[in-house]
Amino acid sequence: MQHFRCLYDVEDANMASRRGNTKTHLQSDKYSVLLPTYNERENLPLIVWLLVKYFGESGYNYEIIVIDDGSPDGTLQIAEQLQKIYGSDKIILRPRAQKLGLGTAYIHGVKHATGNFVIIMDADLSHHPKFIPQFIEKQKEGGYDLVSGTRYSGDGGVYGWDLRRKLISRGANFVTQVLLRPGASDLTGSFRLYKKEVLEKLVERCVSKGYVFQMEMIVRARQLDCTIGEVPISFVDRVYGESKLGGNEIVSFLKGLLTLFATT
Amino acid sequence: MSHHTFRHRGVIKVRCLFESGGFCHSYFTLLCPIILCTMTKLLEWVFGVSLIGIAWGLVTFDLLDLQLPPQYKDVAWPMPIYLLVVFGCYSLATVGYRVATFNDCEDAAKELQAQIKEAKGELKKKGLKM
Repeated sequence: MQHFRCLYDVEDANMASRRGNTKTHLQSDKYSVLLPTYNERENLPLIVWLLVKYFGESGYNYEIIVIDDGSPDGTLQIAEQLQKIYGSDKIILRPRAQKLGLGTAYIHGVKHATGNFVIIMDADLSHHPKFIPQFIEKQKEGGYDLVSGTRYSGDGGVYGWDLRRKLISRGANFVTQVLLRPGASDLTGSFRLYKKEVLEKLVERCVSKGYVFQMEMIVRARQLDCTIGEVPISFVDRVYGESKLGGNEIVSFLKGLLTLFATT
Repeated sequence: MSHHTFRHRGVIKVRCLFESGGFCHSYFTLLCPIILCTMTKLLEWVFGVSLIGIAWGLVTFDLLDLQLPPQYKDVAWPMPIYLLVVFGCYSLATVGYRVATFNDCEDAAKELQAQIKEAKGELKKKGLKM
């Protein structure tokens, strides 16, 4: 019966926030962007610049939380410089000593987030901050618990993928849709906006890693009866650095898929 | 119950079958939310496939001794293979179509490249040392 309790917890929190914010509704919403990084010294300044640009233009209140996992390339030093440029209220550094994985990076980041919404995205420029205002509008439009970027519907798409990569991606997505019926079109994407309390609840329940982690987040969201909105995004495969999809990734994806199939 | 309807449509139909026969109404309304919440996707599939399997067996081997016309049997026995082939074709067609119509975001890549240049220039001015 945990299921019902969760639904109500989230609703209580919403009611509370609504009651508290009736006067300054627009001002009170704050968006915390979590940027987990590992060897992103080239990309980090660019993504931060883009975030500042689009948040500045749309006027939403925001903060950027950089969670660097002890990158040997000096990502943290670059982040410190950025903090000096843009201010320590906008750029918040929460480094960790070593690479500990995405799930724990989110838990770590959320702990320090002061916003009531959390946006997670990759720092490698494959996710463009220009979509964030659309995410926010979508969320407000339907009061969604989470808004997911999707490469697979509407104007969404990819850049830099060959036929093989497209085939694997579409095939994997089809199999997943058939087996799990998750109610969202892009399961392995990691460009999403969450209500903070929803993200906390979901992360707490997730056990898998890598591609499967993102998929599990959506599946758990369905289990908890969260509402999901979608925004088509263009995914530009990493400009600097290598993007990989080998046999190992595929095997671990299938393992994760079957685990979710049998346990959720 | 409304929020379960989408997720467990198949199961709810089954429940209605029992209910319309007046079969332990209150028992099922009580138990169903619990079953529905705890049923994994795997169990849903096992459940669905066994229902189809039972229906198929009943007609093909005439297990209930209903003395169905022989045409029924002729249609029924190749049904599992027929369904598999149809599903396979549907899957191939769907995936093929989606790969063919997967958007290539050339403009997005160009826009990003231009913005990277702009960003680098501006960050340098602000004193960032790469």
